[in-house]
Order: sequence, then structure tokens, then C-alpha cells
Amino acid sequence: MSSRKSKSNSLIHAECLSQVQRILRERFCHQSPHSNLFGVQVQYKHLSELLKRTAIHGESNSVLIIGPRGSGKNLLINHALRELMEIEEVSENVLQVHLNGLLQINDKIALKEITRQLNLENVVGDKVFGSFAENFSFLLEALKKGDRTSSCPVIFILDEFDLFAHHKNQTLLYNLFDISQSAQTPIAVIGLTCRLDILELLEKRVKSRFSHRQIYLMNSFGFPQYVKIFKEQLSLPAEFPDKLFAEKWNENVQCLSEERSVQEVLQKHFNISKNLRSLHMLLMLSLNRVTASHPFMTAIDLMEASQLCSMDSKANIVHGLSVLEICLIIAMKHLNDIYEEEPFNFQMVYNEFQKFVQRKAHSVYNFEKPVVMKAFEHLQQLELIKPVERTSGNSQREYQLMKLLLDNTQIMNALQKYPNCPTDVRQWATSSLSWL
Amino acid sequence: MAHYPTRLKTRKTYSWVGRPLLDRKLHYQTYREMCVKTEDCSTEINIQVGQFVLIKGDDYENPFVAKLLELFEDDSDPPKKCAQVQWFVRFCEIPVRKQHLLGRKPAAQEIFWYDYPACNSSINAETIIGPVRVILLPPNDVVPTDLKNEKTLFVKLSWNEKKFRPLSPELFAELNKPQEGAAKCQKPVGAKNKSAESPAWTPAEYVAKRIESRHSASKSRQTPTHPVTPRARKRLELAGNSWMSQQASCATLDSPGRTKRKVAFSEITSPSKRSQPDKLQTLSQAPKAPETTRENGLSYTEDDKKASPERCMILRTRIPPLKTIDIRDERTLTPIRGGRRSSVVPSVILKPENIEKRDAKEAETQNEATSTPHRVRRKSSLLTMNRIRRQLRFLGNSKSDQEEKEILPAAEISDSSSEDEEASIPPLPRRTPRTVSRNLQSSLKSSLKTPTKMPKKRPKPRTTPCCATPQIRSRILAAQEPASVLEKARLRLHVSAVPESLPCREQEFQDIYNFVESKLLDHTGGCMYISGVPGTGKTATVHEVIRCLQQAAQANDVPPFHYIEVNGMKLTEPHQVYVQILQKLTGQKATASHAAELLAKRFCTRGSPQDTTVLLVDELDLLWTHKQDVMYNLFDWPTQKKARLVVLAIANTMDLPERIMMNRVSSRLGLTRMSFQPYTYSQLQQILRSRLRHLKAFEDDAIQLVARKVAALSGDARRCLDICRRATEICEFSQQKPNSPGLVTIAHSMEAVDEMFSSSYITAIKNSSILEQGFLRAILAEFHRSGLEEATFQQIYSQHVALCRMEGLPYPTMSETMAVCSRLGSCRLLLVEPSRNDLLLRVRLNVSQDDVLYALKEE
Repeated sequence: MSSRKSKSNSLIHAECLSQVQRILRERFCHQSPHSNLFGVQVQYKHLSELLKRTAIHGESNSVLIIGPRGSGKNLLINHALRELMEIEEVSENVLQVHLNGLLQINDKIALKEITRQLNLENVVGDKVFGSFAENFSFLLEALKKGDRTSSCPVIFILDEFDLFAHHKNQTLLYNLFDISQSAQTPIAVIGLTCRLDILELLEKRVKSRFSHRQIYLMNSFGFPQYVKIFKEQLSLPAEFPDKLFAEKWNENVQCLSEERSVQEVLQKHFNISKNLRSLHMLLMLSLNRVTASHPFMTAIDLMEASQLCSMDSKANIVHGLSVLEICLIIAMKHLNDIYEEEPFNFQMVYNEFQKFVQRKAHSVYNFEKPVVMKAFEHLQQLELIKPVERTSGNSQREYQLMKLLLDNTQIMNALQKYPNCPTDVRQWATSSLSWL
Repeated sequence: MAHYPTRLKTRKTYSWVGRPLLDRKLHYQTYREMCVKTEDCSTEINIQVGQFVLIKGDDYENPFVAKLLELFEDDSDPPKKCAQVQWFVRFCEIPVRKQHLLGRKPAAQEIFWYDYPACNSSINAETIIGPVRVILLPPNDVVPTDLKNEKTLFVKLSWNEKKFRPLSPELFAELNKPQEGAAKCQKPVGAKNKSAESPAWTPAEYVAKRIESRHSASKSRQTPTHPVTPRARKRLELAGNSWMSQQASCATLDSPGRTKRKVAFSEITSPSKRSQPDKLQTLSQAPKAPETTRENGLSYTEDDKKASPERCMILRTRIPPLKTIDIRDERTLTPIRGGRRSSVVPSVILKPENIEKRDAKEAETQNEATSTPHRVRRKSSLLTMNRIRRQLRFLGNSKSDQEEKEILPAAEISDSSSEDEEASIPPLPRRTPRTVSRNLQSSLKSSLKTPTKMPKKRPKPRTTPCCATPQIRSRILAAQEPASVLEKARLRLHVSAVPESLPCREQEFQDIYNFVESKLLDHTGGCMYISGVPGTGKTATVHEVIRCLQQAAQANDVPPFHYIEVNGMKLTEPHQVYVQILQKLTGQKATASHAAELLAKRFCTRGSPQDTTVLLVDELDLLWTHKQDVMYNLFDWPTQKKARLVVLAIANTMDLPERIMMNRVSSRLGLTRMSFQPYTYSQLQQILRSRLRHLKAFEDDAIQLVARKVAALSGDARRCLDICRRATEICEFSQQKPNSPGLVTIAHSMEAVDEMFSSSYITAIKNSSILEQGFLRAILAEFHRSGLEEATFQQIYSQHVALCRMEGLPYPTMSETMAVCSRLGSCRLLLVEPSRNDLLLRVRLNVSQDDVLYALKEE
């Protein structure tokens, strides 16, 4: 009886869990404009007021939203736009144009995209897109036609704004800002960028036309708020179908956030980066450990996820190397010690390795030179070593100068964790003079 | 209002009375009188040329009023009866937003002489309802309001779509003359009308004198005249007004509700074509209510196909009346024109002195030319020359002129109507200050360019989609007007708000004005180079100059000129400048090289003398090419004898000619240079004050603070305005009570200034994570150790690890540190090489070391 009950219980759990995972994963991966904003109320107010003035009063504006990556710039603008569109008198009255500097890599493409998003291509009839110059004057004409009171405001959102500043002559930016500063169609130009020196990128006449409004998003929250965000991100919403489970889950999250080890993990994470995306990564990894048999997240899950997050990628690569390759890396390390970071070539490494092999006289390590060469090339392919100059055809491979891209501490740490490392190799690693 | 017998469903037959007068020159027959018979009661009304008539319109309460100028039969098959009329407008036909211009309440029976040449005055004679009594009142008389005879209408003023004016004496005399002859027959008619609602008109025969000038008659012969019903005219004008909105709504027709409405409406409109008056009540209200014009626009597409031939005819037939009215205008309105101009002058603040001088001396210049200064003499001679030219055109029917007119009536009309007060001035061919387009296609386009300023009675040419001009769709809800003082201030402080005058640039304005004016008067060309840092009012001043000159050209003080503006930043490529100039000059489209050839031909070869062209080249430095051929041409053309080209080049740098131009280019540019200095703080203060005049939104100190700050940094007026605008926002935001009138204080503007000018690096460092701050410390330590301003990542990493060990912190892994480094690099706190260099990538600080130390110490 009891076993059956527990079985059905676990079935329910499994169903709930799959829903939990779906909800939370969506929350972590997609920037839904429905999620709450943290600590940016002032900036949000500024932005939404500005958008409202454009939409309702037809006032042209330009603004830059500046903040490091993952500080929620897009979240902020999406949030503001969603709220704007919910106002009844605005929703029909505003056109939006979304551009991204990574997609619209020059003005020509950007123009086509603007024309498309404004639904202007049908006006031209059959010849949809003429030459660049024609399109350009066409669009300018279209935007010049309007005036403050009668035409529909257009909101331009330029993601990765700094990349637009690298377009030729900054023509697009000049014209957008010029429209925003003259009595034409009311537009709001909103640029999103992570570069703090963005204003220095603008040409002086473009800069003069920009209104110099800047909204900074700086992740300016402290650790208590970080824990709060952690809780909020992990909690299930009230509209979750299984109320009982949701209650239990949320209770568990509350307990977790008060646990010391969890706080430590979070503190460590917070110290490394205040970026919310890295927190999402951590939560995602720990969420993946939740199964039907293990329905609630524990502190151990979080700790392991944290370890995964902070793992050194190069040390991981070293763990997968063969003993010969490890030996070569150790030889390079010794060369670096001896010659003070001077570049080396294959022949030098080979000689160093031969010294070790001869001293030990182990046939185990006695490889043919081509085999060693192959291992050396493999290291190059893994980018653990890097040629100093570009490879040219005529120079011989053995004598090409290389540099090691591993730090001493990294090598020693990796060796300690290396599975089944021969003792003499380990000894050789600690000191190049051990064989004496 | 009186009820006119227009609702009767009885058919009327129209027949000519008297012998046709066949003018040898005209290929159609003209008549002096027409007889209208109603079928059932066999009453007859005779209408003769010179009488005032009622003409069927949409509004059955108020049919159109016009004076019959000519009756004729056109040469179409079967022949149609047509008439030429001079329109009058009722007060209710004047656009609502212009009704206030009258300045008083109109009398119930008051109508206005419609002095608007663009209006089509050719109608189908069969739309005439009957005669009406119209009395002309001298300007001093009061319109009798409580008259028993409701059918009598009074004319006292003329309306030209811009303003009301008293009737000139000449016009008055001319109008009254035939009226007296017709009055005899009208008296009984009026009485009959009053006694019975049914139309009972006494037949009478009169021979009226033709008053049409031979010239105008020959004009109308030249064009194929087809009768057009006044209803069509009315409908077209509606469609014209709402063409743009209709276009937009067509694009968004997917909503089912709207399509339904459209269908319903077309049901209403279609009977109107078959002239069933009883169903038309709804439509008759339409022109007055702005809301419904949209729907009218929709109906326009419905009967587009059927109506389009008619519309084409309108396009063509509009020409002759246009001409005749022009001429009369010219003859009669001369005394008024002087008065009007003087009334314009006060509104122009930056008007240069010599214009005013000329204004005052106008009377003297006519007779004592010897005593007047040189320039004035030149002007007066020019005036007389113009007069002679006009006379010539008046007498001889110069063929070329007519042909030109025939090709582009729309251009002429649209251009003239888009210019302020242009309509009231005798439109000589090519008189319009803007570019006159030469072919029909472009003229269609240009007529579409002014959708908002559309005058009332102008039929709209239909455009095919391929030559439609682009337009952002118009908004559905009207933009809100500013409510509070702060909102008003914000609107005025916006850079786009065009001030009525440009303070602090009087000297520059005067210099540029004198330069361009002298070139215009001498019929020569020349170049001027204008430089100045951004935001010092270069382009705005030139625009102001051009505006004043255009007004002066309208007042005949300077010869007419074309104005063309190109902007280097609005071109994709320097050679495109030719394309743009050519298109704005002639409306032609061509490739860059072809356009260059055409322009060279135009400017360099000796052709017929043309009007001067004033070309503004903004952002000149972007027209730089390797061979500098674009700049060379632009500055070479003005030196040509026949070119008559004045080039005003604007750029930011003062030494541009020396720096980037070849000798042969800079030599052609000449030495006429002007440099706009950055505004000083008192100038900025004056600019702000003038914009905020009569608005108590700012404390004086707040304005002064902003002005001083900006003057110290850049002297950019745009910056100044933006900061003030932001300050009003901050003020509004900080206000507790939403309705209390806030005043922008020093604290608010200080906050705005800080927001715009403060560097964000320090806050960015303060808000970065502990590891990021540690990395910055490690960089400083490494720089300190090596004494260089640059270090490799590996060095910094080992430094970082050492620092962590010292402080007993767990040291980060290489990957984490690398992530930190690239994060700082992406916000440009650091300058880093691409990360494929890995350990070897070199790192520099983008902030001064002191700033970093300061930011880190604060903790």
C-alpha cells in the first residue's frame, strides 16, 4: 500500500518537476519583460517618461542606455515598451524599429531594415529597393514629411549602439539625431551599449545633435539584495497548478537562502561578478540536478554547480592530455624558468625532454622524434602553445618559435589532479634539477 | 437659411437662347443667355452672362454661389453646355480653422468673393439652379442683418484662402456693372421666390455684354474644356484634403470594422453620382466635420476609376480660369498689395535695414529715381521691367508660356499654394521661389508634399503608387498639447522649435544677407564659406536669410531665385550631390555622372537667362573626394558668367580650404569667409531668455548657471537647450504635488548639468564586483612595479594572485580572471587586445590611475 502511494506521489512529483523546470528555465534563458526589475526604479522612470512624451506629446528625444553586459539594458527597454504599449491611447499610435549593430553591419542594411519595419516598401510599388542612395533619400523624405502633431511617432531602438558609430561617416546616426532635433516626424532614438566611452566615439557634429541623455545601469545592488534576487528567481509563481507543491518548493527556497553554505556560495559568486546572467547560470546548473527522486534543491547542488562554474578550462584540457604531452609541457615550463619567458622551439623542447628520458633511462618514455613532433602539434592545436609569429611556409617546423599559454600555477594544479600521473614525472615537474 | 428649390426631383431642361456667337478664333460657340425649363409646370427661367447664379452642390441648404462669366458649348460629341464662373464662398465653406480670420461674426447672408486662382471655374451649365440676387457693399457699409428678403446675398470682402480683404474699387466697379443690367430681371424673380416655394420664374430675354477679355477666351480655347459638375469638384477637394490619411488607412484596412464602414459609406456616395438628392443629407454634412473627412477619403478610392477621367479634365480645364483671374487680380489688386506688404514687415524681426528703408521710400522711388541711392534705383528699374514683361504677356499670347502652363498646372498651383501669400500675387511663370518642376510626374509629387497645408478648393491629382511619396503613417490620436508651464517651456526649449528670430547672430545674418542679396541683384554668382563649431547656428542663420529673401522676392524687392539645399551627411556618396541638385532644380532623375554633365551644361553654357540659384551645401567636408572634383565643380560653376549660382558652403573647421582642398579648389572658393564663434555665456543666456519669454518656468540663476557651464565647455546652443529641457523634467519629477506650478531652481539645473557632463567611469568602478576591483588593483600594482603603462595578462594575473594571498582571499582561477578582464574591456575601463592572445594579451587602463585609486579608496 505504502509503496504504491509513494509511487503515485513520485509520479505527481515528476509531473510537477517537469513543469518547474520548464518555468524556471524559461525564466533563466529568456529575458521576459514580465520579470521584475531590480534596483533600477529611477532609471526606469526616466526612460518610461521619455517614451511617453514621445508617444503622447510627439516630442523627439534621444537617449543612451549604458551599462556593462548583463546589467539588464534590454530588460529595461522591453519593460518600458511593454508598459507603454499597454496604455490604450499609445498602442495604436507608435511605430517601433529595432536594429542591432551585430546584424545591421552597415548603413545600407540598416536602411533596408528600417524601411521594412516601417512598412514603407509597399509605397514604392514594384521596385521595392532601388540603389542605396535612392533608398536613403526615400527614407529621409518619408521622415521629413511628418510634423510633431500629425505623424505617428517612431521609436528607434539601436542595440549595440557602439557598432553603429563605426559605420561610414556615421551617416545613419547623424540623420537619426538630426531628425530628433528638428521639426520632422517625432522620433525617439534609444541606444543600448556597454561602452562607457561611447560619447567619444561620436563625431562632433553627431555628438552635438545627440541630446546627451544617458541612463546608466551599473548593477548597483549589495549582497542582501543579491540573495533576495536569488530567492525571487527560484520561487515558483502563485499561478502554479499544484499549490501544495509550489508551497513546499518555495519554503525550501526560503530555507536554502538562509543556509550558511548557500550564502557562502552566493557570496563567492557575487564577489566574482554582479552580473545576473552568471547567477542564472548557477541556478540553471543546480536546477538540472533536481529529479523525481531528489525533488528539492539542496545546498550541495548549489555548491557543485558553483564548482562547475568556476572551473578553469585550461586545467580541464590538461587533464585530458597523454603522458608524453604532459612531459612536453613540463619541459616547456622548465625552459620558461631557465630562459625567463623567452620563446622556445620544438628542438629545444625535445632536447629538454631527451635529457629527462636519458636520466631516467625508462624505455616507457622513449618515443621516436616524429611521435614527439605529433604530440607537440597537438598541443598547438589545443592552443596550449602559440607561435610567436605567423607560420610561414618556408621556415622549418622544428625551429618555429613558440610560447606557452599556461601559467606555472596552472600546470602544478593540473598535475596534482592528473589521473595516474607517474611519480617521476611529477618529481621532474617540481624541479628541473631533481635528477641531479 | 433660405430654402432654394433644389430639392425638387423634377427634371430640368436647359436650352440656349439667342444665336450662337461664333468667335473666329474660338472653335466653339458662345451664348449670352440660357433658358431653364422645369418639365412639369413648364416654368422657364432665363439666365444670362453676368448674372449671379446658384449652382448645385452637396449641401442643399447652401448651394454654391457664382457669377456667370461665359456660356459656351464645347466641341465634344454630343456637345455639352458649359459655363465659366467666378466663385463666391459662403462663410461655412471656409475651413473651420481659418474662420477666425474674419474677426467678427459673419452676417447670415454674407458671401465672399473667392479670390483664389487655383480654383477650377469651369462648370457644367446644367448644374445651374437659378439666378440669385447679390449686392455688393462698399467696404465701409455694414452688412444688413435683418433683411426680410432672405434670398439676397451680400459681398463685402474677398477671401483668398489666406485672409479676408476688402474688395478693391476696380473690382467693385466691374462687378457692379453687369449686375445693374441684370438687376431688372432679378427683382421679380426674388419676389416670386418668396411668395411660393415652387420655382416660378418669369421668362425674360437679355443681351449681356461679354466681359471676358479676348485673351482669356483664347486661353480657354487652347485647352480642351470639358464641363465638370460642381459636385465633383467638391468631392475632389474632400478627397484632396484627406488623401494622406486615406492612404494610411488603406494600409491598415485589415480591421473588419473599418472595412464595414467603408462599404456603408460607398453606398451613400454612389447614389450621389446619379444625383438623387434625398439620400445625400449625410454627405452634405461631411465637409464640415473633420472626423468624417477620413471616410470621404475612403470613398474616393471606391469611385476612383469612374471619377478619374473627370479629374484629369479638371487638371486641364483649370488653366484658363486661372489665367483670367490672375490677370484681373493683377490689374485690380495693385493698391492693396503695397498695404499688405507693409503689414507683413513687422512680423519679420530680422528684416535687414535696407528693406525697411525701401519700404518707406517706395512712393518716392517711382518718380525721383535720380535722388535715390544706387541699390534702390536698381530695384525700381527692375520693378518697371517686371511690369513691362507682365504687360507683354498680357497682350500678346506668348505661346511658349501657355504651353508650359498646360504641361504643369498642378506644379504651378501646388507651389503657389504652398508658399505663404503666393496665391495673392500675380503668378508669373517661374515666379515661384522654390524649384519649379518641369515635367508632370514630378509636379504631381511636389503637390503631394504639403498635405497639411492643402488649401480648400484644390482638386488633388491622383498618383499612381509608383510615384507616390513615402510618408510615415499619421497618428490616430492627436498629439496632446502641453498643459503645464513646464511642458510649454519644454516644447519651446526643444531644439526643433523654430524661434521667430535668432538672437545674437544679427551681424552674421546681416553679412550673409547682404552677400546673397547683392549677388541676386547683380545677377552674378559667388561662393561663401561659413565655418563654426557645431551648434552655433550656422544652418539656422542661413535658413533665416533665405526665408527673408524669399519674402523679399515675393515683395519684388529682389529678383526671384531658386533655393536648393544639400547636406553632405545626407548623401551616401559625394557624387550623389549632383543627383540631388539636379532633382531639386529640374525634377529630373539621373545617375551621378549624367547629372554632373547636365548640370555643367546648365551652368556653363550660354542659355536663356535664368533665375539665380542659391545653393546651400551643408557639411561640406564630406564632399571631399580623392580628386576633389565635386568640390571643384561646386565652386567652379559660380564663376561661370551665365551660371548665376550662389553657393553657401558650411563646414565645421575654419581652415578647411587650406587643409584639405587643392589650391585650384580653394582659389575658386574665394576669400568670402565667415566664422561663427561659439556662443558666450551672455549670448546663451539671451537665447534661453528669448525662448522662455512670457513663461515663468525658470529662475534667473538657473538659466545663468546652465549658460555659464555650457559656454565654458563648448558654447553649443543645442547642449544648452537640452540641459534646460532635462532640468524641467527633473523639476517635474521632484515635485510633490502634481498641480503646483513648479519653478526650475538652481538645484535642478545643477543636477541636469551633472547628469550630462559627469564621467561615468568612477561610478562604474565603484559598482563593479570585488574581483573586478581586485583586478584593477593588480593592474595598478603591476604598472607600479614595471613602471610602464602596459602589462600582459599573465603578469597581472600573477600580481593578482599575490595580492589575494596577501589578503588571505581564495584566489580566482585563470578562466574567472580572464572573464573579469574581458568584462572590464567591454565597458572600456580597460583597453585590451583581442582575447585570442590569451595570456599574452596586453592590457592598458582607459582611465587615469588617479581616478582608479580614488574610486577604489572610497570604499
